[in-house]
Amino acid sequence: MSIQLDFPAVLERWPSFLGGAALTLELAALATVFGALLGTLAAVGRGTHKPLIATACRIYVEAIRNTPLLVQIFLVYFGLASLGLKFSAFTVAVAALTINVGAYTAEIMRAGFEAIPRGQIEAAEGLALSRVQIYWHIILLPAVERVYPALTSQFVLLMLASSVCSQISAEELTAIANYIQSDTYRAFETYIIVAVLYVILSLVMRAGFWGLGLVLFPRRRRRGTPL
Amino acid sequence: MGGHLNINHLIFLGHGALWTVGLSVIALIGGGIVGFMIALARISPLKSVRIASAAYVQLVQGTPLLVILFLGYFGLAAIGLQVSPLVAASASLTLYVAAYLGEIWRGSIQSVPKPQWEAAEGLALSRTQRMLKVILPQAIRIATPPTVGFMVQIIKNTSLASVVGFVELMRSGQIVNNSLFEPFVIYAIIAVVYFAMCYPLSLFSQRLERRMGRGKVNLAPA
Repeated sequence: MSIQLDFPAVLERWPSFLGGAALTLELAALATVFGALLGTLAAVGRGTHKPLIATACRIYVEAIRNTPLLVQIFLVYFGLASLGLKFSAFTVAVAALTINVGAYTAEIMRAGFEAIPRGQIEAAEGLALSRVQIYWHIILLPAVERVYPALTSQFVLLMLASSVCSQISAEELTAIANYIQSDTYRAFETYIIVAVLYVILSLVMRAGFWGLGLVLFPRRRRRGTPL
Repeated sequence: MGGHLNINHLIFLGHGALWTVGLSVIALIGGGIVGFMIALARISPLKSVRIASAAYVQLVQGTPLLVILFLGYFGLAAIGLQVSPLVAASASLTLYVAAYLGEIWRGSIQSVPKPQWEAAEGLALSRTQRMLKVILPQAIRIATPPTVGFMVQIIKNTSLASVVGFVELMRSGQIVNNSLFEPFVIYAIIAVVYFAMCYPLSLFSQRLERRMGRGKVNLAPA
């Protein structure tokens, strides 16, 4: 048993690796933004008093959370195709990841909404704030502030999960790695480098979210609570 | 096979589903054993052990399972071991599950109220006795709902073993699809089967969590 690793042969492809990492970040960023919107809507939908909407949102969340992302990606990929819609693999990947992370975000946001004390909303009503103002200042922003650490973890997990999109040949880090390893016959070295890049990406994302949290939630910073 | 979706295809998918369950059980047992050691190492009195186990958790949690599977598959080949996809998938999933279960269980052990540790110490129990007789029985109660919840993740994640050629539910679906080319129907069936395996566990985990919510009141120090 001896391992012979030849990193230089693989490392000379570093522009491709970096390009792949950038594409992964782009994919993750798009899915994060759209997924956050979809998830918040689904969380609001689950909390409404209209049973039809609430049930539909509940079915969406449970269906997504109890099936693998890989299956969801294939379903979106072939589903759009069978509807006669042609999109690039990257677009399909963004759509599938958005649908996926939306369900998890909905659960996190619901926990945030449920943690808002009733009295806060009653107080806001007493101060004659409009419905929109109440939703934004009293419910949404404090809820996001409360669940911000959980959201952060979810979006880092999403970035890692985006590697699965390589299975429909959406261009991102793992797909690029698959090309490189089949080109160089240096599979182990390639995936070691890819693993290191993913670890770096997740550290960068965590640092980014932490910094964003400091800017967005100064109250939290003053209190000295760790984000 | 070939032609239309028939009973043989469904039997083939059934075999795949059995392997999904089998691989999940292997990953849970293997990952559970290693994860328990990780949890203990994370709260070890030795600083070097704490740092090493924390680094392991950080590395695994910062890497996608897909890449870990490729690393296991090609890594074992690189050290000259010709292994079956089952061995490669089991090894990779064990390493992956261990990091997550290790963190879940560390959190559970540490969330046993501090006075319990102090009381056990006051009764002059040894470290092993404290762990086995006082801390772990309570930690297991706390850890059960998230562990059941994580089993859902394990079942879903075994679908990735399809990429190293292990014929579980997802891969058997791809094979059937290669002969029929009715992807939407087949993957919809696959999705329903995964849902049927995962949803009961999700519900069970939620129920346990609610019951724990009531129990927690009694556990909290006055």
